[in-house]
Amino acid sequence: MSYVPVTPEQRARMLAACGVRSIADLFRDIPSDSAPRSFDIPRARSEMETSAFFRELASRNYSHLTNFLGGGFYDHFIPAAVDAIVSRSEFYTSYTPYQPELSQGTLQAIYEYQTQIARLTGMQAANASVYDGGTALYEACQMALHATGRNRVVMDGGVNPIYRKMLVSYTANLSIEFAEIPVSHGRTDRQRLFDALNAGTAAVILQNPNFFGVIDNHADVVEHCHSRGILVIQSVYPIAMALLKPPGEIGVDIATGEGQSLGIPLAFGGPYLGFMATTRELIRRLPGRIVGRTVDRHGREAFVLTLQAREQHIRREKATSNICTNEALCALRAHVYLSLMGKEGLKEVARLCRAKTAYAMERFRAIRGVRVMESSPVFNEFVVHLPMDAGDAAGMLVERGVAPGLPLGRFYPGMENYLMIAVTEKRTKFEIGMLAESVESVICQ
Amino acid sequence: MTPADRLYTKTHEWLKIEGETALIGITDHAQEALGDITFVERPPVGRKVEKGKAFGSIESVKAASDLFAPVSGEVVQTNAELEKTPGLINEDPYGRGWIIRVKGIEADELASLLDAAAYEEGLTEES
Amino acid sequence: MSVIFEKSVSGRRGVRLPASDVPDPPPIPAECRRGSDAELCELSEADVVRHFTWLSRRNYGVDTGFYPLGSCTMKYNPKVLEEIARLEGFASLHPFLPQLRHGGMLVQGALQVLYELEQLLCEITGMKAFTLQPLAGAHGELTGMMLVAAYHRDRGRRKTEVIIPDEAHGTNPASAAIAGFRTVSVPTEPATGMLDIAVLEKRMNDGTAAIMLTNPNTLGIFNTRIRDVVEIAHRHGALVYYDGANLNAVLGKFRPGDAGIDVMHVNLHKTFGTPHGGGGPGAGPVGVSEDLAPYLPISRVVKRSDNTYALNYDCPKSIGYIAPFYANFLVCLKAYAYIMLLGREGLIEASETAVLNANYLMNALREDYELPFDRVCMHEFVLSARKQAEHGVKALDIAKALIDEGFHPPTVYFPLIVRESLMIEPTETESMETLDAFVAAMKKIARKAAEDPKSILDAPLSTPVSRPDEVRAAREMDVVYP
Repeated sequence: MSYVPVTPEQRARMLAACGVRSIADLFRDIPSDSAPRSFDIPRARSEMETSAFFRELASRNYSHLTNFLGGGFYDHFIPAAVDAIVSRSEFYTSYTPYQPELSQGTLQAIYEYQTQIARLTGMQAANASVYDGGTALYEACQMALHATGRNRVVMDGGVNPIYRKMLVSYTANLSIEFAEIPVSHGRTDRQRLFDALNAGTAAVILQNPNFFGVIDNHADVVEHCHSRGILVIQSVYPIAMALLKPPGEIGVDIATGEGQSLGIPLAFGGPYLGFMATTRELIRRLPGRIVGRTVDRHGREAFVLTLQAREQHIRREKATSNICTNEALCALRAHVYLSLMGKEGLKEVARLCRAKTAYAMERFRAIRGVRVMESSPVFNEFVVHLPMDAGDAAGMLVERGVAPGLPLGRFYPGMENYLMIAVTEKRTKFEIGMLAESVESVICQ
Repeated sequence: MTPADRLYTKTHEWLKIEGETALIGITDHAQEALGDITFVERPPVGRKVEKGKAFGSIESVKAASDLFAPVSGEVVQTNAELEKTPGLINEDPYGRGWIIRVKGIEADELASLLDAAAYEEGLTEES
Repeated sequence: MSVIFEKSVSGRRGVRLPASDVPDPPPIPAECRRGSDAELCELSEADVVRHFTWLSRRNYGVDTGFYPLGSCTMKYNPKVLEEIARLEGFASLHPFLPQLRHGGMLVQGALQVLYELEQLLCEITGMKAFTLQPLAGAHGELTGMMLVAAYHRDRGRRKTEVIIPDEAHGTNPASAAIAGFRTVSVPTEPATGMLDIAVLEKRMNDGTAAIMLTNPNTLGIFNTRIRDVVEIAHRHGALVYYDGANLNAVLGKFRPGDAGIDVMHVNLHKTFGTPHGGGGPGAGPVGVSEDLAPYLPISRVVKRSDNTYALNYDCPKSIGYIAPFYANFLVCLKAYAYIMLLGREGLIEASETAVLNANYLMNALREDYELPFDRVCMHEFVLSARKQAEHGVKALDIAKALIDEGFHPPTVYFPLIVRESLMIEPTETESMETLDAFVAAMKKIARKAAEDPKSILDAPLSTPVSRPDEVRAAREMDVVYP
C-alpha cells in the first residue's frame, strides 16, 4: 500500500526542477560506507491483507473474559459518543496547538478539560496532561523537590506499587532519598509515617482510594506535614472523586492520578492519561502544556498555550520537565466522557461501583475457606484471602471465562494467597454470582 | 541612555548604591530583548545572594532568564508591585521596575562591575 | 463560542446507566464523603455532540490541508490504522492479564505485536534491541539518558556531562538535565550547517557521558562526518545518542546502528504514520547496541522455541520501570500496521519522496526567501525571513499570512541558530499540486511584504480569532473556568 501521490511523470519534472538527474543525487551526502548493511523488511501489503492479519491477531487475545481486574485500571463503560467525537479527524490529525488561530478547537477543549479536572479534584489549576498516573506522580515529586529545595520523599505503601517502582527508576541517577511506609490494616499508618519525616523531607505521597481499594480521609496527614513545611501529593481515582472527599477539600498541594477510567479503553496498557492539578501558589511549577483564556486583537475570546516559558522549547536544560507530546487526545476523551456523564451521571457510576462491590463482598463472605479483608472501608476494589495460591486459582478461573482479579503476590511478597477483585458498573449481579460460585468450586478442588 | 549613576553586569543587571543598601534591576536592553514581562520570581526577604549566582528569574511570553546577583549580600526588600504589574520593568527598568534591595555589600566586589560607558560598549560589541 | 460550562442546565442529564441490580451499599463514612458535588456540566448527549462538533470545525488537521511543520513529519494518517486500533481484541485487553498464572497465553496476539514491532525497528535502524515502553519522543530521550547513566555507573565511571549541538530540539537538553547530567553546547558551522567537529573534540573529555545527535539535523542537513563524531565520542569513553525525529529522511538509506550509534529513539507519531492527536498520544521506542541491552526497562518480550511469546522479568541490570506497562500499545499497534502496509518498498519510497518534495520546495522558494544553507537538503529545510524583516515583516507575520492562504504555517523561530527561521517539512504524502499552491502562496506573501507590508501585519483575517494576546494570558493566568 502506498500513500504517496506523486506520479512517475511528476517525479521526473520535480527532479529536473531541482537540477538533478535522479533521486540518488539527492542522497549523495550519505557516505557510501554508510549504506545500510541490510534492510530486510517484508514486502508491502494491501489494506485488505493487513486488516485481515490484524483481525486474526486480535482474535488470539482473551478479551472476552469477564473482567474483575483492577489495580488502578478499570473496565468501565464508554459511551459511544466518545469514539464518535474523538474520531473527527480535525481533532486527531492536528498537531500541538502552536498556531492558536488554527487550533481553537483543541485549545478550548483543553481549557475545558483543565476545568473538569480542577473541579473534580477540588484544586485551582490543572495541566493539559502527562503520560500516565505514574509519570504524573514523578512530575509532582519534582515539583515538590524544587519548591522546597529538599531531597527526600516519603511514600505510603498504599500507593500503586508500579508507580512507586517508576519513581525509584526515574530518579536513580539523582540524589533523591525515598522511604516507603507499609500500610496497617490496609490504611495509611500515621504514626510510622510521621516518624519517618525529617527536615530533609520535601513531600509525602498518598493515594485515595489506595491500591487495595481502601478509602481514607488524609486531612490529619496534610495538617501534620504542612506544620513541618512538607508538601502533600495525593494520587486519586477520578470516578471515586464523584463521591469521596477530593484532595482540594483537605489541603493537598498536588493532586495526580490516572485518567484511564474516564472513557479511555484498557488497550493492554496504553495510551493512558496522567492528570495533575495544583494550588495557585504552585501553578508555575506545573510541567506540561497549560491553556489559558485571553482575548485576541479584536477583543474576541481566544485560547492559547500559556506559561510556555517553563517549557523545554524555551527553557531547554532549565525546563521544569522535558515533556512535549503528551496525551492530548486521551484528555479529550476524558473531557467528552465527563461531559456526557455529567454531574449526576458520574455520581451514578460511582454509586453502582460501590454497590456492586459491596454485593460481591457479601457473596464472598459466604464462601467457606475464603476470608474477606475488611478492616477498612473500600470503594470498588477489595482483597480476599484464599486457601490456595491466588495465581493458581486465577489460572483455573480463566478457563471458566473469568479474569477473577489480581493475585497480589507479584507486588507484595508474602501475599501469594491474596486476590484483589475490582467491580465496576459493567458487572451484573449474574456475573458477580458466577465469579463467587466459580471461586468456590475451584478452591474445593 | 544608560544611567551613569549605577554599575552594570555583563548579564544585563544594574546595581545602584543607596547608602547602606543597594537596589538591583535589569537594563533597558534586557527588558527589550525579553519582550513583555509576564512574571518575576523574587527571592524571599532574608535570603542570601551570591555574586554571579542566580537569585531569581524573569519570564516573558517567549523567553525566560535567570537573574544574576551583581554582588553578594542579604535581601532586605523586594518590589511587591511586580506581582501585579510585572510590566513595570518594561516601562521603567531603572526606576519603578527595581527588583530587589540588598545589604551587606563588600566594596571589593564592585571593582569587577562595569560603568555605564563600559556596559554600552559591550552592547555594541554583542550586536 | 461559549465554554461548555456555560451551556450547562441544572437537572439536565446526558448518558444514563441501567438501574442497579444489587442492594444499596452501606453509606460512605461521613469523614470520607465529598463535602459538595463536583460542578461538572449537565448537558444532553446532543448538546455535547454539537459542542464538540463545533469545536472540531475550529481546528485544522492533516486531513484539512497541508501541514509543513519542520521536524514534526505531519504525513497522512491511514484510516485503516484507526480501525485496527478499535478491534475489541486489542482495545478491551486489560494490561494485568499477563500477571495471571500462564497469563502470557491470554495475550499472544498483543505480545506478537510488541515483539514483531521491536524486530522491525531493529532492522529499520540497525540497532540490536528495542524497548517500546517510552510513551513519547522526549520520554525516549530521557530513557536513553537513563540507560547511558546506568551503563557508566555499572562500569564504575563518573561521567557527568552530555554534549548537545546548538541546533538541537529543546527536549534534548531538558532530558539530559532531568536525567542528572550537565549539558555542554557545541556550535554548528555557519558555512556547512553541520556540527563543528573541531570544537566537539575540544569539549569532549573524560567526564563526557554522551553526545546527543540529530541526523539529518534540524536544518535538514545530513552530517557526512557522522562516523568521525562517533569515533571521537567512543575514544573518550562517551556514548552516542541519536535523536530519530528526522528518520523519515533516511529510511532504507542510512541506519544509525550501522554507524556505531549506541542508543536512539524513534517517534512513531512522526515517521511511522500514527496520528498526532493534537498533542499526543505518541510513542518514542528506544533502540540500543548490544552493550546497552541489559539495562533496558523491565519487562522484555521474548519469543520461545515453540513460537509463543512471553514476558521476561528476569532483568537484573534493568533501569526498572519507566512506564506502567509494556508500551503505548495502540500507538505501537498502528505503527506495526503502517510498516506492514508500506513494506520495504514503501518505506524507501516514503524517504525518497519526502526528500524530493523538500528539495522541490526549496528550489522554488530560494529566490524569494533567504536560504541560509544553499545545498541539497534532506526531508526539511530552513528559510530565513531576513529579507522580509527589512520591511517589517517577520517570520511570525509570514506564518499568519499563510493561514489566510489556507495553509498551516511551517515551524517558526526554530532552530534557534537561524534568525527569523521558517522550517519546512512537506513529507511524502503531499501532491505536486499542493506543493505548487504553497509556493504560489509564499511568493505572493513575499511580494506583499515588499509592496504592502501593512496588509500582512493584520493577518490572519479569515479565522475566528486573530493574534490572541499571549502577554495577557500569561499575566492573568485564567486557566480554569471560574
